[in-house]
Amino acid sequence: MADPTAAAGPGRIARLGAWIDERFPMTKLWNEHVAEYYAPKNFNFWYYFGSIALFVLALQIVTGIFLTMSYKPSATEAFGSVEYIMRDVEWGWLIRYLHSTGASAFFIVVYLHMFRALLYGSHRKPRELLWIFGVLIYLALMAEAFFGYLLPWGNMSYWGAQVIVSLFGTFPLIGDWLIEWIRGDYFISDITLNRFFALHVVALPLVLIFLVVAHILALHEVGSNNPDGIEIKKTKGPGGHPVDGITFHPYYTVKDLFGLSVFLVLFAAVVFFAPEMGGLFLEAPNFEPANSLLTPEHIAPVWYFTPYYAILRAVPAFLDTQIWGVLALFAAVLLLFFVPWLDKSPVKSIRYRGPIYKVALMVFAANFIMLGYCGLKPAVSPYTTMSVVGTIIYFAFFLAMPWYTRIDSHKPEPSRVTT
Amino acid sequence: MYNATTLKTNENRAMSEAIDKGRRQLLTVATTLTGAVGVAFAAVPFLASWKPSARAKALGAPVEIDISKLEPGAMLKIEWRGKPVLVVRRTAEMIERIGANDDELRDPGSAKSRQPEYTKNPARAIKPEYLVLLGVCTHLGCLPQNRFAPGASADGLLTADWPGGFFCPCHGSKFDLSGRVFSGVPAPTNLEIPPYSFADDNHLVIGLDPVKEA
Repeated sequence: MADPTAAAGPGRIARLGAWIDERFPMTKLWNEHVAEYYAPKNFNFWYYFGSIALFVLALQIVTGIFLTMSYKPSATEAFGSVEYIMRDVEWGWLIRYLHSTGASAFFIVVYLHMFRALLYGSHRKPRELLWIFGVLIYLALMAEAFFGYLLPWGNMSYWGAQVIVSLFGTFPLIGDWLIEWIRGDYFISDITLNRFFALHVVALPLVLIFLVVAHILALHEVGSNNPDGIEIKKTKGPGGHPVDGITFHPYYTVKDLFGLSVFLVLFAAVVFFAPEMGGLFLEAPNFEPANSLLTPEHIAPVWYFTPYYAILRAVPAFLDTQIWGVLALFAAVLLLFFVPWLDKSPVKSIRYRGPIYKVALMVFAANFIMLGYCGLKPAVSPYTTMSVVGTIIYFAFFLAMPWYTRIDSHKPEPSRVTT
Repeated sequence: MYNATTLKTNENRAMSEAIDKGRRQLLTVATTLTGAVGVAFAAVPFLASWKPSARAKALGAPVEIDISKLEPGAMLKIEWRGKPVLVVRRTAEMIERIGANDDELRDPGSAKSRQPEYTKNPARAIKPEYLVLLGVCTHLGCLPQNRFAPGASADGLLTADWPGGFFCPCHGSKFDLSGRVFSGVPAPTNLEIPPYSFADDNHLVIGLDPVKEA
């Protein structure tokens, strides 16, 4: 028997699709960003972290929504409501551990994603704006993590917020007024908790989503970089598509799903077996409620902020003000915006760069980890000296970049991607 | 349908409808500026809503405490604006010792420390008998303990040369009987003094400056 619909033209689904396409660019968007987005065929494992970061963002939003259903943003109830989620809410412990582990995972993935850019020159022309959107995402993520960390209202939440907010008090003249304005009170109180909650669950997630969309649009406009750091758009086939490009779907959707499954194995291992990560992801003093009259023995921010915390502490107070450390902290992050212009090398990828950049990047990465370690430790010898040396190396990597990338040797880039 | 007259009118209209770019730019700039002023005014209520609310201000209002029952050598701890305030009634002996170990202090004149102008004196007080301090270590905000007895302590944290004062249990910062920091400890400055005044001989008001005498 012949199919009656075959004679009658396209099937119902196709007709529905056409109906939508006349009113909304569904197929157009799908083709532009997925089915006909040509990505270089030589991506290696470093290219997993973008899609993993997107997954973690979605995970944080979903688990976050479910946490707000049981969480109470008030100084008297916050700590108890988190314990309630952990003990009494069905599967509440899982949702909360997914969220708290997700926060640390987000930073691990983002740091690897940023390192990938420095490896292969993904920040270089024509991807400067793509990189700037990325740095803005990183900034928004830091703010999101900071505001979120106060919400469990544990004693480390409380004193961590105290230390960070008091940084703004170092600004001359307006300092005292500024911290009062941020806190909305004369100390970190219920009022501060309530507004940090609003920023954490509404304001910053909106900013993050907007920036992620801008980041992806910028990426799809210029096209992805690749481990060879050459432009695949320069060599196009008869169809007008890059010869070294393959469509994002199905090639990279499938590859990214594989990468995601490996990530999820590791992520689940942490969620189920080490959600506190030995006090690194969830700190011991945070199992006690916030107490404005009792400081934890040693205040350290969560691990992902500690490189910058080490920089803050490494700069001594002089001229009767501690603002220099705060300025160094801000400068350390803001320098990232200028990397596309600081890098003067004629080639993008580490594969064709000379030994100087290779050494500089490895030293920078090792130094960043060392700074993070110092930031976790009390400000005593030898960590104080290590922090000072680490801070100098951190700034030297960026500030000396125009010079050492210019004098560095380089190998000729191939015209087509290699494997 | 068109006659010569209407054609001519249309031509004239076309002439007068030529885009006056200067005029358009002026209008664009003027509208943008007016709009920006409006946005700035509209932002004020939102930004101002972050300032301490009337309730926060009321809760942060000055606290009056009765000091009539405070024995010489004893310390009272009260809470003001979420911070511990320490009130010490110094003995005659303690007052006498003020200034005895200025050379061991980092900031004996309190030049780099935070306190109201009226307490910037050797006793760091309005009346030397009553010392008022914020119980917040200037290092990392811990609560310093009162270790007023001179000499070695039973727990071994203080040695025989200890002149008596405040000791921070977190990182070992030491302060004298006026809350002035000793050299060689982590705390950078003397303990802060909140604004305070005497309502009468037996009542202390924390958070309120004394009325200036004309």
